[in-house]
Amino acid sequence: MSLNNKPMALQSLQGRWTDFAPMILVTMIALFAWPLIGSMSTWATLTVAGLAMGMMLFIMASGLTLVFGLMDVLNLGHAAFVAVGAYVAASLAGVLSVLLKSSTGVEAVAGMALVALGAMITTALLGLLFERFFIRPVYGNHLKQILITIGAMIIIEQLVLALWGAQQMMLPLPEAVRGTLVIGEVAVERYRLVAVVLGLLLYLGLLMVFNFTRIGMLIRAGVENRDMVEAMGYRIQRVFVAVFAAGAALAGLGGAMWGFYREQFTAAIGADLLVQMLIIVVIGGLGSVRGCFFGALLLALIQNYVNFLIPDFAMVSNISVMVAVLLWRPSGLYAPGR
Amino acid sequence: MSDPNNALLKLHNIHTHIGEYHILQGVEFFVPRQGVTVLLGRNGAGKSTTLRTIIGLWQASQGLVEFDGENITQMSTPDIARRGIAFVPEDMGVFANLTVQENLQLAAISGKINDSRLQWIFNLFPALEHFWLRPGGTLSGGQKQMVAIARAIIEPRKLLLIDEPTKGLAPAIVQNLAKAFRALKESSTTILLVEQNFHFVRSLGDHVVVMDSGLIVHTGPMSELSSDEALQYRLLGLQAAHV
Repeated sequence: MSLNNKPMALQSLQGRWTDFAPMILVTMIALFAWPLIGSMSTWATLTVAGLAMGMMLFIMASGLTLVFGLMDVLNLGHAAFVAVGAYVAASLAGVLSVLLKSSTGVEAVAGMALVALGAMITTALLGLLFERFFIRPVYGNHLKQILITIGAMIIIEQLVLALWGAQQMMLPLPEAVRGTLVIGEVAVERYRLVAVVLGLLLYLGLLMVFNFTRIGMLIRAGVENRDMVEAMGYRIQRVFVAVFAAGAALAGLGGAMWGFYREQFTAAIGADLLVQMLIIVVIGGLGSVRGCFFGALLLALIQNYVNFLIPDFAMVSNISVMVAVLLWRPSGLYAPGR
Repeated sequence: MSDPNNALLKLHNIHTHIGEYHILQGVEFFVPRQGVTVLLGRNGAGKSTTLRTIIGLWQASQGLVEFDGENITQMSTPDIARRGIAFVPEDMGVFANLTVQENLQLAAISGKINDSRLQWIFNLFPALEHFWLRPGGTLSGGQKQMVAIARAIIEPRKLLLIDEPTKGLAPAIVQNLAKAFRALKESSTTILLVEQNFHFVRSLGDHVVVMDSGLIVHTGPMSELSSDEALQYRLLGLQAAHV
């Protein structure tokens, strides 16, 4: 038998992607909510909004799950990258205002892409510094990690305030992306569709990297057994630093997208989402990108439906989802490294 | 035992601490080039710690580990591995979420598996071909052990460190492993094998090192220990009827 009998991608697909229960659960919850909501158009609007929010939460939380899974590091400072991403995006939006204000859709989207890219590069570089100065001294000690990363988040938030000021930041959505698309009786915000498509592409891209590339294989192996990967001759620390920077970049992208979504925000934009990100990472399965994706969708959809159906219950919906998922699957939706 | 000057691996006065515990208390032995050196000893003697210290997963607090003439004591694990040492831990360390194919691909540090090498491995472990695409987590203990050893030899290595490969395996699988180790031995690979199953290693080993309480208490040719029941009883607590 030769390795080259089948493409690696096809071979990897077999025997691994057979657990569809979380995907079915998300679909069932969306379908189950339909008769409860009653109106098809309201249900569709809520569902697209939930999916968009879920995608943005996934983008922000994916780095957190990888860092925890790969290096057993609890980085509660991850939310700071979201804030920095949003603030850098707001500053770049000022520089690129000609593009963003263009009535041509392509130019406006290109402007948004440049803004997001700038936010990602900045947060990736910040991630490298963060890993070097805050994370590296506390490897292997969860209590110290929690304390130092919360401290680091506060420091970064204060630096953001010092650099940009205490006033609310504005990041207006370009006119070309604003507004709604009406399909039959269903009205959907354009930007939410953009978020859904981008989130989906990013998820598929990450899956491709994780499942069909050597670096992805290395990360999956490192999530499972770091010692063994090192004993095979790989410098997993370098992989970790790269993953940490990539996770920070994704949080920066999420921050830029979330900033465009909210259009005005403060330095607490990331910290406000920290609890949700942590719940997603836990219910997804620590270290699982796939779990993080479905966990984010599950959380955001249920939050949206509950907000609409039983507003009084909205405050506890996230915790309820976490309890229910962990009762069903105590290790989360998917095992680490999947 | 053969000439220590020509040894592939030498340990001089190795001390290893794990937390507050002083596990290795001056370990001193050498592994001759080629053949199988067996590290024997009771539970808790420090055999696994010795292997993990050699590969750098635990740092020696004192002493010298010399591999192929080079001091590797303070090197990082990846640097030690890249010098040609493969490690098969007691729990086998097979990646549960990676297929057998991916486990082996990752072990090929050059990035590509040599087809003829793979065929040689399939000859050693024919069953590997049947679960080639299955995730490591779905394999039985014996199958995982085959994957772990195949991973260690997917590229030529100077030294294999193998920790209790027969632990918990059915006798039929142990026999298959013994066959594979003999084939490896014939391929001139140097193996340092930790075992508690003396019956398994008595015909396989060329040299023997016995540990007790973090110290080396005996070194010599396997033939000597194998033929001396009194020595077996003294060093390993083996009764003649059990040998």
